[in-house]
Amino acid sequence: MKNKWLNDKRIVAILSTIWIVLIFVLHKTVGYTVLSITLMIGLSIYAGHPIYKRAISSLKYKIVSIDALVTIAVFGAMIIGEYWEAAAVVYLFMIGDFLESKTIEKTRKTIATLLDKQPSKARKVIDGQYEEVLAESIVKDDEVVVFAGEKIPVDGVVIKGLAVINQSSITGESIPIEAEVNTNVFATTIVESGYAIIKTTATVENTIFAKIIEMVEEAQDKKAKRQKLLERFSRIYTPSIIVLAIFMWIITKDIALALTLLVIACPGALVISTPVSLVAGIGNGAKHGILLKGGESIESLSKIDIVAFDKTGTLTIGKPKVVDMLSFTDLDVKVLAAVGESHSQHPLAKAIIEYANVSHIDKSDTTETFHGKGLRFIYKENEYYLGNQTLMNERGVSLISSLEVVKEYEDRASTLVYLSDNQNILAIFVIEDQIRKESKEVIAQLKKKNIKTVMISGDKKSVAQAIADDLGIDEVYAQALPHQKGEILKQLQKQGSVAMVGDGVNDALALTLADVGIAMGGVGSDVAMESADAVLMSDHLMSMVYALTLAKKTVKNMNINILFAMLVVSVLIIGVLQSTVHLSIGMLVHELSVLLVLIHASMLLKVKPTVKLSV
Amino acid sequence: MKTTFQLETVSCPSCISKIEGMLKRCDGIESSEVLFNSSKVKVNYDENIVDAKTIRFKIEDLGYRVLSEK
Repeated sequence: MKNKWLNDKRIVAILSTIWIVLIFVLHKTVGYTVLSITLMIGLSIYAGHPIYKRAISSLKYKIVSIDALVTIAVFGAMIIGEYWEAAAVVYLFMIGDFLESKTIEKTRKTIATLLDKQPSKARKVIDGQYEEVLAESIVKDDEVVVFAGEKIPVDGVVIKGLAVINQSSITGESIPIEAEVNTNVFATTIVESGYAIIKTTATVENTIFAKIIEMVEEAQDKKAKRQKLLERFSRIYTPSIIVLAIFMWIITKDIALALTLLVIACPGALVISTPVSLVAGIGNGAKHGILLKGGESIESLSKIDIVAFDKTGTLTIGKPKVVDMLSFTDLDVKVLAAVGESHSQHPLAKAIIEYANVSHIDKSDTTETFHGKGLRFIYKENEYYLGNQTLMNERGVSLISSLEVVKEYEDRASTLVYLSDNQNILAIFVIEDQIRKESKEVIAQLKKKNIKTVMISGDKKSVAQAIADDLGIDEVYAQALPHQKGEILKQLQKQGSVAMVGDGVNDALALTLADVGIAMGGVGSDVAMESADAVLMSDHLMSMVYALTLAKKTVKNMNINILFAMLVVSVLIIGVLQSTVHLSIGMLVHELSVLLVLIHASMLLKVKPTVKLSV
Repeated sequence: MKTTFQLETVSCPSCISKIEGMLKRCDGIESSEVLFNSSKVKVNYDENIVDAKTIRFKIEDLGYRVLSEK
């Protein structure tokens, strides 16, 4: 039954092409003879048999498909003696179908190549021995070892070793990271040098990578508004053309004309114009670490007027750092403060411990925490206080000597932590959240696109304003609690379409409320990945600018495709009604237009970022 | 019961309406979704009336090869 001469699309396409050239020559030289007619009917049957089969099978379910229309046209043409037209129509339809599926496959390949990245094998650690197993057999809390040049098979945490890892398969970021013990690592990223023993945190089906693939796959089929509109249009278009064909046949008795109308009744280019552009756009995004969640997301993203940024973790890195220290004593205050914070998990405590930069820190003997103010600790039988200004005031510690410097720093969006003993101030630590290197450039790029920039922050007014001024942000909303963020967004939406950019963890609600939610640093945050319309997998803010550009380009590509397809349909109808377009020409134009639309869409895959997407 | 069928590359959007139309006329199928770009068919059905094998057969009968189901 599986005869390759009959069923292999490629062989049928090649053979039919030779065949059609032969009959074209015969047709032009000797005209209709027994031999040429036989060859024409032969080709109609050979190249057309799958079409007829599909036509009949769908008729069984009472569906009039494009195959049925072509079948009627072909047999109609034969009945009125137009054997050449019949053969040409069959050939063009078959070859068009063949080329279309090839082009579509190519467009989809970008996404398919993503799928191929999951390694199939893993090297499991069993009693200190390494054993190669199938990656699917790995369960949570297994230990696997990965050497230089290999791909990490499952998500996990490094428990031994030191490795340089290229995470571009997930983040699109090509500069590798250094992974030491306790670093989270992800499936499909590549160990460039070193090695790592990893304790797994997921099975192969549940990795971040698997989730990305699933989302990308589903995004392709989330329809754009334009697409839904076109589908509705084609649902009216096809039956109306068929009715028109029957009508024309009855009044003009011109069967050829009626058959030509049937052939162009399928608005192929029109229906395919939007989905292929979308697939190409989504594919391009995925290649650059940007997840666009379907047609509607892309459409909304393309017409944004305002971008609202969350401050901490988005415009800033979100990891506070000690940037200055004022010492009023001979004691080693760096280490002393670190000892004081040794029991604390607070981000500011981490900053102070990191600042001390010593491998071992003594634990303080007693610690007493004053919520929202700081703490008291005892170390080597001395009593110390570590906290904010309120704590110092309460303790009666004199701050006079430092007031002026303090004022300056407070204006500059810094947080100050004071260290004192029983009476005197010993040191002041100036802590700042670092602004991302690229933030300023991102704001500048958005301004160039005439997009208004807004910052929404839970931080105090002076801090937020200082950062906004530095970056050139148009509007600032400070001291905003999560539920107030929604209110602010509603206000902004009165002025235009708003995109909200956040790190996703505490902005999930705002991301959903905005017209477009853009989540940053998608790796590791499921909530963000699911609630956002676009996810920036890398930790680099500049990719949001590219996401905007890409969305705009995708929509433009779609629009050109739609316009072109509309034009072709109108020209065809007019041409047929004026009898300048015949059966085979009608089919040729129809198939060519579909191909052109496909090729135009696949050009989207070649779009490259003009801005730097990596650090 | 929910089953997803992976088809070989579906190239014409009219195939979608064909498969959708067939599934709509099929007894025991509660809802169905044909994904053009990923060439997948997602079907929700009552397994007392119809089974995956029958649905698969019907799709293949329309001329679309089913590569896998899950």
